[in-house]
Amino acid sequence: MSVEASIREKLVEALHPTRLDVVNESHLHAGHRGSPGTGESHFRVLVVSSAFAGKSRVDRHRMVNDALAAELKGKVHALAIKAYAPGEAIG
Amino acid sequence: MSEQAVHDWIRKTVANSDVVLFMKGTQNFPQCGFSAQVAQILGHLGVTYKDVNVLEDMGIREGIKTFSNWPTIPQLYIKGEFVGGCDIIREMFQEGELQQLLDEKGVSHGKATLTA
Repeated sequence: MSVEASIREKLVEALHPTRLDVVNESHLHAGHRGSPGTGESHFRVLVVSSAFAGKSRVDRHRMVNDALAAELKGKVHALAIKAYAPGEAIG
Repeated sequence: MSEQAVHDWIRKTVANSDVVLFMKGTQNFPQCGFSAQVAQILGHLGVTYKDVNVLEDMGIREGIKTFSNWPTIPQLYIKGEFVGGCDIIREMFQEGELQQLLDEKGVSHGKATLTA
């Protein structure tokens, strides 16, 4: 399974999002110092989930990071996160 | 250093300076785009801060992740409290919340609170 597919699967399972965007941005970082050049290193996710309601920013990011702990320990070098509860303005 | 010793060092470091940024590179020469963004925001706000270059010490690079329960670098501490990584700091800055937090914590910064 690709890293992108496994990110998607784990976030769906953990957070039951009503919207989930997973963007592989690895190509933008190819050749940077420290970039592993695997094409599966840098991702951006946007998650809208009722699980985030009433939670602080740090808590929301921890929920995403926890769901993707294996990926972050492995191939994923950078993960940009936007996490919203339903009804919040998406910036 | 053992992980315990690293955690003790980090605890002391974040207690001894009002604002500490754990980053890749230094505030004058960031070596990662995400670290650079946070350094730029702090610079823009006129905040004086201590930078810890995690690239210089593998123990700190890994230890800060377990200390904060946060898997990525950069990490910003204000008055000993973990505030967030790059995305959170940028969002807080854009919403004016970072300036507000600095004011609440009594950390002086050069710029008046900006409206978003």
